[in-house]
Amino acid sequence: MRESDLIYILAMAGVTYLVRMLPLVLLKKEIKNRFLRSFLYYVPYACLAAMTVPAVFFATTYVLGAAVGFFVALFLSYREKSLLVVALAACAAVFVAERLIQWIA
Amino acid sequence: MFQKGLRDGIPIALGYLAVSFAFGMMAAEGGLPVLEATLISAMNVTSAGQFAGLEILLTGGTVLEMMLTQLVINLRYSLMSVSLSQKLDRTVAFPHRFLIACGVTDEIFGIASTQPGKIKASYVYGAMCVAIPGWVCGTALGAAAGAVLPGFLTSALSVAIYGMFLAIIIPPAKKDRAVLFVVLLSMGISCAFTFVPVLNRVSTGFVIIITAVLVSALAAILRPVETEEEAS
Repeated sequence: MRESDLIYILAMAGVTYLVRMLPLVLLKKEIKNRFLRSFLYYVPYACLAAMTVPAVFFATTYVLGAAVGFFVALFLSYREKSLLVVALAACAAVFVAERLIQWIA
Repeated sequence: MFQKGLRDGIPIALGYLAVSFAFGMMAAEGGLPVLEATLISAMNVTSAGQFAGLEILLTGGTVLEMMLTQLVINLRYSLMSVSLSQKLDRTVAFPHRFLIACGVTDEIFGIASTQPGKIKASYVYGAMCVAIPGWVCGTALGAAAGAVLPGFLTSALSVAIYGMFLAIIIPPAKKDRAVLFVVLLSMGISCAFTFVPVLNRVSTGFVIIITAVLVSALAAILRPVETEEEAS
């Protein structure tokens, strides 16, 4: 390994760790403000939704394959299946769909 | 709690395997030794940040450029950590908080922050114990032998994380119209940032921050959460 690479990697890891660590360590008290509490309650849903769509459609070889996986996951999530079941079913659906696409094309 | 974390970490590890495999392959193609690629993954555990970092490393950018890029792409973790700081049981002591910080990824944050009630450190540790080895091993495999996992397999595995995200957000969206509003609006804004010219030049990390802040603030104004409701 080149020594200069190590400096880059350390700089990279340092910044990434600090942005994660500082709020966790500095905000030990409970936030009382109603607006902020409500805001933080919605943050996970907003983050996860924004990260899923449209990124999921570009994650696979074919957009169509991803779309099949997306709708299978959507359906099973709606039926309140567990995280693992939904994740595995989505993978299986993409796998089957993309085999079919390649077979037809 | 630890075991539940382990179990919830499995779909994360599957998805990580696919993404980190791709990262390892790219690193190896760029000429990085396997050890170095693996070290990057072990020390960062962040997909978008690592891909951008790799680019800077391979094209000979400056250290300052590296730090600024990581700051911009990964600043969303600060927002997640703020949210998680309120979700953690208040008895969770400082040493644990320093360690949990290593596990604040999009996915671990996703499962931890949407657990009912307060969470203990052990839950996050359980998820970290499964997910992080998945990330690190995937990188090593991808860098060492880019042909071990065939393309059609990585393609299928890479939707695991998104399937998991949907399994987290859809059930609450079914029961709570405010959450449904947040989910749909966030997806819409994120699409706008991907497809609308000019807007699509904003980096991924900032798209998530801008979307989450805008939508959550709007929802908090329109439908503030009652204290007891939040505890559920």
